[in-house]
Parts: sequence; C-alpha cells; structure tokens
Amino acid sequence: MSTLGSARKRDNKAAYLFLLPWFAGLVLITAGPVTASLVLGFTDYNLIQPPEFNGLENITRMLGDQRLHHALGVTFKYVLISVPLQLAAALGLAMLLDRGMRGLAFYRSAFYLPSLLGSSVAIAVLWRQIFGAEGLFNQLLNLFGITGRGWISDPDTALSTLIVLNVWTFGAPMVIFLAGLRQIPVMYYEAAQVDGASRWLQFRRITVPLLSPIIFFNLVLQIIHAFQSFTQAFVVSGGTGGPSDSTMFYTLYLYQRGFHNFDMGYASALAWLLLIIIAAFTAINFWAAKKWVFYDD
Amino acid sequence: MTDLKERPTPALAAAPAPARIRSRGHSLLKHTGLGLLTLIMLYPVLWMVVSSLRPNNVIFRSPGLVLDGLETQNYGEGWNALASPFGHYLLNSAIVVLGCIIGNLVSCSMAAYAFARLDFTGKKLWFAVMLGTIMLPIHVLIVPQYIAFSNLGWINTFLPLIVPKLLATDAFFVFLMVQFIRGLPTELDEAARIDGAGHPRIFAQVILPLMLPALATTTIFTFIWTWNDFFSQLIYLTDPDMYTVPVALRSFVDATVSTSWGSMFAMSVVSLLPIFLAFLLGQRYLVKGIATTGIK
Repeated sequence: MSTLGSARKRDNKAAYLFLLPWFAGLVLITAGPVTASLVLGFTDYNLIQPPEFNGLENITRMLGDQRLHHALGVTFKYVLISVPLQLAAALGLAMLLDRGMRGLAFYRSAFYLPSLLGSSVAIAVLWRQIFGAEGLFNQLLNLFGITGRGWISDPDTALSTLIVLNVWTFGAPMVIFLAGLRQIPVMYYEAAQVDGASRWLQFRRITVPLLSPIIFFNLVLQIIHAFQSFTQAFVVSGGTGGPSDSTMFYTLYLYQRGFHNFDMGYASALAWLLLIIIAAFTAINFWAAKKWVFYDD
Repeated sequence: MTDLKERPTPALAAAPAPARIRSRGHSLLKHTGLGLLTLIMLYPVLWMVVSSLRPNNVIFRSPGLVLDGLETQNYGEGWNALASPFGHYLLNSAIVVLGCIIGNLVSCSMAAYAFARLDFTGKKLWFAVMLGTIMLPIHVLIVPQYIAFSNLGWINTFLPLIVPKLLATDAFFVFLMVQFIRGLPTELDEAARIDGAGHPRIFAQVILPLMLPALATTTIFTFIWTWNDFFSQLIYLTDPDMYTVPVALRSFVDATVSTSWGSMFAMSVVSLLPIFLAFLLGQRYLVKGIATTGIK
C-alpha cells in the first residue's frame, strides 16, 4: 500500500515537471488571455489610456452596428455554402478513389496539394489575378465566346470567388474520408450485392451510416475552420473587405476594429461573440448528430 | 509516391471475370474523369508558375500552359522589388519556422509523455482542458496577447510567434503525440524502469526514439502552417525589416496594384516552393497525420 502511494507521488512530481511548459502556456498564452479578453469586452480601451469599464456599452453597440451585422451575414453565407460544397466534393472524390485502383496515391496527392497551399498569401494573390477583370478565368471564358466581368471587383460575385477557393481545398477532408472508408468491411458491400442492392442503396444504407461519425467530425472541424477564415478575404480585398463590404469576413472586421482603430475593448467583445457563435454551431452540430450519426459500439 | 501504393481491396481482386471486364471499361472512364479533374485542380498553380516565366504584357493574353521562351527577368525584379531583397524575408520566415518547430517538438512531446504514460492527480481534467484549447479561435486570445507582448516590448520581434510554441500551445500536436505514445508497447518502459531509469531517461531514451514518425508529422505540419500563417505575423510584424514571407508578399501586392503580375507571381512561386518541397518529402507523414487527427 505504501509503495503504491509513494509511486503515485513520484509520478505526480514527474508529471507536473513534464507538463510545466504546457501549464505555463495554459495560464499565460491561452486561459489568461481568454479571461482577459472577456473582461476587456466590457471596457473601452485604445492601448494608450488604461481600459475603462463601460458596462454593456459594447453589447448595445454590437446590436446597432450595421457593418457587424453585414459581416455576420457574409460570414454565415460563406460558411453555410462553402463547407457543404467542400465536404460533398471531398466525400464524392473519396468514394471514387476508395477502391484499390491504379494511381490512387497520385490522385490523392494531386487533390490534397491545394489544401496545403490554399491558406497562403501567394494563392490569394493568384486568386486576385484569376478572377480579376482581365484575369485567367475571363481569358478562358473568352475562348468560349463568353464575356466575363471583374469577379472580384463586383460585390455580387466577390464572395463566390472565396467560396470557390475554399471548395478547392477539399483534399484534407477527402484524406480523412479515405481513411474512414477503408474501415468499412468489404463484406457488407458483398452481402448487399448478393441481395441485389443498387449502388445508391449501398451508399445510403452502408456507406453513409458507417461513415457518419467521420462526416460529422469533418463537418464540425470545417465549420470551425471556415468561421475563422481571414487571409484570403484580406489579401483579395486589399485589407478592406470590399467591394462594398462583400468580403467583410467577421475576423476581418475584428482585425480592422482592433488593429486599425485600436478599439481593443470592442474587438475583445467581438472576439467573444465569435467564440460564442462557434461554440453554438458546434453544440447544434452535436445535438443534431444524435439524429443522424451512427456509432457502431 | 510509390510508398503510398494501396493494396487492392479483396472484393475487386476476387471479382469474377465478367465483372472485371466491365470494371475495366468503367475504370478507363473514371481515369479520364479523374485526370481531367486533376488538371482543373492544379491548373491555377501550374499557370502561375508558367506565367511567372512570361513577360508582363503576355500574361494577360495567355491562358495556356505552353511557354514560348523563358523570361527569368520577373524573378530578378520581384526579388528586389521591396525594401530588402526577398531573401531577407525568406530568412525571417525560416527563423520563425525553425523556432516554432523546435518549440513544438520539445514542449508538445513532454506534455504528451505525461498525458500518455504518467499517472497523476487531475489527469482527466487537464486532458479535457488540453483538448478544449484545440478548438479555441486565435481571435479570442490575440487582443490580450498583443497587449501583453507590446508591454514586454516584443512587437516587431519573432518572440510572440515562437514563445507560445515553446509552451505547448499547439494542443493538437500534444493530442497527436499522446495518441501515438499510447500505441507503443509499455514493456520497453517497464524494462527501463526495472533497470533503474527515471522518467526523464525513459522519455529521452525509450519513448522519443520510438515516436519519430509523430515528431516528423509535427515538424512538417508546423513548418507548413507557420510558413503560411498570416494573421499573427501581420499583427506582430509591422517593421518592414522584420517582415516574413507572407507579410512581405502582401505588401508587395498593395504596393504594385496589379501592374507587375509577373514579378508578383515569381515571388509567389518562390514562397510556395518550400511548402511544395515539404509536401513531396513528407507526404507519408502528412497523410497519416490528417488521417489520425483530422487536422488540415
């Protein structure tokens, strides 16, 4: 008994030593700042004068902030359109690639590469050219006799170019789907074929239920990810979120308030609202998961 | 790429002859479709590379990928377009990346060892907290962090980018390593313990050598993410002398306003080259990494 106790103690000491950097990070870099930004969210703070408590003023300001409402609309639209499209592409391609086919490794690499490049400034620069008035996309349309427009300079289409960019990066969830599909025992499909089940029926009754935990996982992850998109909108719009605020992502608005206007109190309140929105979406996802996600065990 | 070759699924290998013939025609169609899609997916990037080797006035009328000649002038112009030669920004990025890799490797592996192998009070709680921080958006941290770092006089240094990594704040790498260590047999640690090794020695001499694949995955992802990271580098680095590649590239875009796409493309290609190399060399670890943890 006493040896067990002393072994426990020794483990404790070693564990906390090993965890020392992590604990320091938790306090100084993560939990501390999260708490601090909650407090700052109720202040007026411009980095020069000390923060001043202003009660619920930031919240009432949010309620009346037209640009914020617009930014929320843009962000929701971006998330709700680009994530389903991206995941549909990822799942579709993963299904096509799942059989032990020739060139699988090549296709997987080719489709995966864009998701490594997609968040870079370089690709955003490229996008700016491609969908510009004289860009590659219009040149290609010209070959078919179609006259394009300035896709990025037109407020009606600017957001779509960013949605296309996000869909383009379907490779990362595709690789996760591929791993998941390989876990489904082949005998299920064989049994279904013997019973004469069509491909669609096999997809509906075998693939979707057995893959649902992974679909769910990708959905949660990509939604969280999409809400935080910043670089592409920033570079494509030259930091403005334009034209006419049509690419004003939430994070871009937050950046402008905080690091252009040095309105740190309001920016902190905005950051917490983002956290709450992301948490709410995740919670809704988990709640809805009970209805459609199938766990084997 | 050959090491990624997949074994055929038993269903297809054992399929009766007629089914195989049918699937052969089917497979030709599929390969055509997939080949076409591959081309569409990679076309923008290939076109950028080709365009970086074209004179400026040709870029706008050449949607194709065939080069008439090699115009390397863009690279020279782009390299010297900003206050410092582009190599300066590459070096800055390399320093940040190196610091972040070392930080993540050391701090995350230590934390992972504790979570995976040691028994301590509050383990479940701290593990849950660690998982919770994975999902935390950087935006709720950035304002107070910025205030703290600016009070320390760290703005326009690389410290705000590197120090957090030394403190294991990239929690998904901790998670990735915990998963990996849990998969290692415990017999080896036990043997080492019987031989009188303490935890530091077991960690350094038994576990670390065994977890090289997880360390490789961490290295490659840290490399790619840090190299691409724009938001925090934009915020902390405002002095052109301290610019990293993404921030420099962005200032290039704003300064030239689409007049010299050639040199802009040239530097974009230069900035993507390290990512591409990391992808080529580390594919195996990348694919394994995202397949096990679902990271991007």
